[in-house]
Amino acid sequence: MGEKLQPKTSPKKTLSSTTFLLLITIALFIVMYVAGMILLADKGFSKPQMFCNLLIDNAGLIVISLGLTIVMITGGIDISVGSVTALVCMVSAYSMEKSGVSVYAALLFSLGIGLAFGIVQGFLVSYMKIQPFIVTLAGMFFGRGMTAIISTEMISIKNETFLSWAQFKISLPIGTVNKKGIFQAAYIYPTVVIALLVLAAVFIMLRYTKFGRSLYAIGGNDQSAMMMGLNVKRTKFIAYILSGFLAGLGGFLFCLNTGAGFVEQAKGLEMDAISASVIGGTMLSGGVGNPIGTLFGVMIKGTINSLITTQGTLSSWWVRITVAALLCFFIILQSIISSKGKKGKKS
Amino acid sequence: MSNKSTFKKIAGNHLFFPLVCLFVVLIINVIKTPNFFAISMNNGVLYGYVIDVINRGSELVILALGMTLVTAASKGQDISVGAVMAVAAAVGCQILSGGEASVTEYQNSLILAILAALVVAAACGVLNGFLVAKMRIQPMVATLILYTAGRGIAQLVTNGQITYIRVDSYKVLGGYIPGCPIPTPIFVAIAAVVIIALLFKFTTLGLYIESVGINSNASRLVGLNSTKIIFIVYVICSFLAGIAGLVNSSRIYSADANNIGLNLEMDAILAVALGGNLLSGGKFSLAGSIIGAYTIQALSTTLYAMDVKADQLPVYKAIVVIVIVTLQSEVFRSFIKKIRTKSTGQGGQTLNKEVQ
Repeated sequence: MGEKLQPKTSPKKTLSSTTFLLLITIALFIVMYVAGMILLADKGFSKPQMFCNLLIDNAGLIVISLGLTIVMITGGIDISVGSVTALVCMVSAYSMEKSGVSVYAALLFSLGIGLAFGIVQGFLVSYMKIQPFIVTLAGMFFGRGMTAIISTEMISIKNETFLSWAQFKISLPIGTVNKKGIFQAAYIYPTVVIALLVLAAVFIMLRYTKFGRSLYAIGGNDQSAMMMGLNVKRTKFIAYILSGFLAGLGGFLFCLNTGAGFVEQAKGLEMDAISASVIGGTMLSGGVGNPIGTLFGVMIKGTINSLITTQGTLSSWWVRITVAALLCFFIILQSIISSKGKKGKKS
Repeated sequence: MSNKSTFKKIAGNHLFFPLVCLFVVLIINVIKTPNFFAISMNNGVLYGYVIDVINRGSELVILALGMTLVTAASKGQDISVGAVMAVAAAVGCQILSGGEASVTEYQNSLILAILAALVVAAACGVLNGFLVAKMRIQPMVATLILYTAGRGIAQLVTNGQITYIRVDSYKVLGGYIPGCPIPTPIFVAIAAVVIIALLFKFTTLGLYIESVGINSNASRLVGLNSTKIIFIVYVICSFLAGIAGLVNSSRIYSADANNIGLNLEMDAILAVALGGNLLSGGKFSLAGSIIGAYTIQALSTTLYAMDVKADQLPVYKAIVVIVIVTLQSEVFRSFIKKIRTKSTGQGGQTLNKEVQ
């Protein structure tokens, strides 16, 4: 996948290492999933619906992680996405349940919140040149605090249109035959379709548009990108706006899946999104990244989650710890690979 | 003219900005609660808003010390300190309780528990330091790992329950030494400050940290081991977070993995920034950070007095952080400089342009 994505000078070297990372990720996912199918076959892990559930549960996270991947390719980071998700869920829930606005207005609010976060953070990072981590850390606390200001109680959404959106089943041609011999089609929700459409859009944008290519160039080396005549500030700015927008959209998808808004929602989601990108082969130092890898990163996180919840005896804290350990492992792997690449260039 | 230069000297002092901030917050406090500075004696201990601010600010001061060093040396912040506090508290309490949810007697010795807690905290620092110094990962990404996983680890240590240690001697660290009217956390904070200050006075570590922060490559070329210095700084930071965690756990005589040190990483970063230290590393001032820490604590007290809930506090602090880092940013500074040179050097020209 990553062959053509490398704008670096020694294509062969980086090509092999990034493809290598992506292959590790895909292999890891397959190994984990197959292991789950074998070990937990009696708990229904091998049914096609289990795989669909994996997509359904993580549709929002896929969209959010894709936004983060865009920012990380430019060498930046956005840790406010979890709070933006919580804020979006809360605003949607509050506006529909307490203020009685329509679903369409709630969707607009969600996208607006995402855009607003993107614009402010993007401006501070690109034009004011403040470290992205500080800016988005403040954004993270701001979002979480605003959620608490709107309401400290849990609001569940009972809006009919919203629920009909959330529960609209799209049947797939695959499925299982149940005990009575009736064919049960596996199904997905519209959120999955949206997530996959966003994935396709981001993939095309990163691979075939001028803007997408300049993101890689800036992430690789923003000085030389500037000398090549690219507008570094504006490109970074747009990257953060895109990330914010996708966080807003992903937050709404997340909300469709959970159907409620509360302060503690999506806590640690930024970690999941970052680890999904990193596990998927996006370099923290920028310039390297692949949306397909991000998809697999999310699926790995999802598989860990469903393995631990299906298994049933382990505490749910293990999910977070395992994801953190995986992130740690992949970061070290990246670090080793990139330092090897540098040494190779020198000699 | 001489008046102006002395004013400039005072304003140019690195402690000027933090002190002004503290002063402003204190004035707001006095307006809000006129008896803010009143101190009284009740049951042999001191009471009053000021005492409360200094007492509750102790953990923050301890964290701010470590955060200042980390910021100075690695040009990034350690956002895992809150989680490390929770881990240290969980380990300490779990050893003391021997696995029970609530005990009225120690199951193991207090010294063993404190030592174990601090060792585990330092081990967290070793992990952070390894990732940042050795693997050269951006500090905040590296510490993000413990930021999210830390509380999970703490939950696992305490088996997901809140472990209570209902022994009077355990409450001393976060309460009062019998017969002494001043809260113990204040002494702990002072001790931490003095030890760190002596460390810098009698070793060259402080100078090394600054030079690594200003240019780690150049420091390496003149013979400093940048990797080692950054590593040490992270271990110190987590060790201090461990002390803060024990103090906090002693206050509530329990290990509450979800709430100990919650959102304190933000406060600590804010204290460093308010103290006039650049978040992009280099030169640092411990005194500034300490003043910054008490300013934050006074601000929190004010906001609580204004009926702001704990969950909502981060909004205001986030805004303050953004304002400070914007003021500190190079773009903004050069912008101000431009305006100044315009108004002094080309004042006549701009005036002419306006007339035209």
